Amino acid sequence: MTDVVSPRLSSQGAGAILLDAAGPVFSDDIQSRIWAVAAWMLKVDGVAETVPGMNNLMIVFDPLAISPGEVEQQLLRIWQTVVPDAVSGRDIDIPVVYGGPDGEDLAALADNAGLTVEEVVRRHSEAVYSVAAVGAMPGFVYLSGLDPQLAFPRRAVPRMKVKVGSVIIGGAQAGIMPCTAPSGWHIIGKTEVPLFDPLRDPPCACKPGDRIHFRVLEVQP
Amino acid sequence: MIEILSTGAVNSVQDLGRTGYLDAGVGHSGVMDAPALEIANLLVGNDEGAAGIEVALFPFRLRFKADTVFAVAGADCPAKLDDRQVPGWWAMTAKAGEALTLGLPRWGARTVIAFQGGIDVPLVLGSRSTDLKSVFGGFEGRGLHRGDRLALAEGSRRMLRMEGGYGADVSALRGPAAAKDEAIVLRVLPSAEYAVFTGESRSQFHETDWLITNDANRMGYRLSGPELTLIRKLELFSHGIMPGTVQVPPNGQPIIQLAEANTCGGYPKIANVIEADLWKLAQAPVGARLRFELTDRDTAVAALRQQRTFMAALAADAALMRGWN
Repeated sequence: MTDVVSPRLSSQGAGAILLDAAGPVFSDDIQSRIWAVAAWMLKVDGVAETVPGMNNLMIVFDPLAISPGEVEQQLLRIWQTVVPDAVSGRDIDIPVVYGGPDGEDLAALADNAGLTVEEVVRRHSEAVYSVAAVGAMPGFVYLSGLDPQLAFPRRAVPRMKVKVGSVIIGGAQAGIMPCTAPSGWHIIGKTEVPLFDPLRDPPCACKPGDRIHFRVLEVQP
Repeated sequence: MIEILSTGAVNSVQDLGRTGYLDAGVGHSGVMDAPALEIANLLVGNDEGAAGIEVALFPFRLRFKADTVFAVAGADCPAKLDDRQVPGWWAMTAKAGEALTLGLPRWGARTVIAFQGGIDVPLVLGSRSTDLKSVFGGFEGRGLHRGDRLALAEGSRRMLRMEGGYGADVSALRGPAAAKDEAIVLRVLPSAEYAVFTGESRSQFHETDWLITNDANRMGYRLSGPELTLIRKLELFSHGIMPGTVQVPPNGQPIIQLAEANTCGGYPKIANVIEADLWKLAQAPVGARLRFELTDRDTAVAALRQQRTFMAALAADAALMRGWN
């Protein structure tokens, strides 16, 4: 582990603080620290929830039980002193139909990357992804490990409906839609694997630290 | 038991929301105007977080299948129990067979109805809130339909001491309603990317009367006004966001995240509406205008404390009125 970066703190209302430790590229070391700090902060009186993001962490608390300034102090102290655990995740197989009507942005993404569609599919499916965080919507996994050449800035205006099971790319991140919802990410394929069930405990199929393998079922024109 | 006679599909069963699952991507949901539900619940003798109905599409009509103590709060709408007027912020007793009708609000956008005992739907991930976007919780995970029958949990058997009912004076908490042509003022704290917006955009953010577009629901409101721009292009990693977070996507038109907000987002954030002012957004209809006034963290905490103190005092009053002490 290299020197611990100094994170930036900001408010999200009186009762939430965002710690941002992101540099220009995603760091697995920083992410391990994020997971560890999240677990520690949950033990602080007045802290209600911790939300790991991609190299960042949101702390949600009752500002009448613990002051925002106190949360910041604790957060910075734990950030500096915590020893990240080694996470032993599981391997999860996600079969994907690439392109076609349920992967309508595949060609545009290939264009943007200066690659053929086949090459995009090969690079997307051969990478091994880590579940860095679960969020945005129920069961949505933020995956690190995307080939940088497949990065594609999010759409200027989000689509109001992206179908459940859509395999997507937003910026330098890969993901899968766990339910039908609005999204500004690009759709390159579709899977039938269910990612979220509110009647199951835990409700999510994937946890931070798990490894995802996309498997090519078919590439459609 | 109550039966829904007339409704729109956005009207739903809500409590104070779901906590503890943000890290699974499950948003808070819950009623948009939380103080209104808390007050209505306290008036009918419930815990403040019992499940009620949030009505955002009018007219709304239901029939009571048994004698039931209920209260209506939030948006000021003409309400009738058969032929009797129903004042807002007031608990009264409906007789079995009577129908409650809520008409189009004169002010506000969302009315809540609390019932003694609360609506008895299963807890899903610790809450009775409907998550409309994710289709779970509440009544079968969806908005209400005509003909739906909702069970009420067993409430206190004690009847109200006052014949005409019992109410709360909320003026100290909610202040005077803004006139129809006046912008609704919301206090905000600057968020992470505030300083990355151009000086002109920051001024415009605070000086504009932002229009709430048709694209406004429990997830969030899209606003229309001058195009806000950044000093430099940003592509952020996804990070946690809260109800009240004001994001600015590349088209420069702000989005305010609300009760059913996604738990994480990636657009730059200019500000956050403070928690104590979120109910004002719940009551801001499409076409209304919003103004964002900069405040500080101490003020935001103090405003929240004032709300909690009000609720605690009301809870004590309500208990006394019922002779529970």
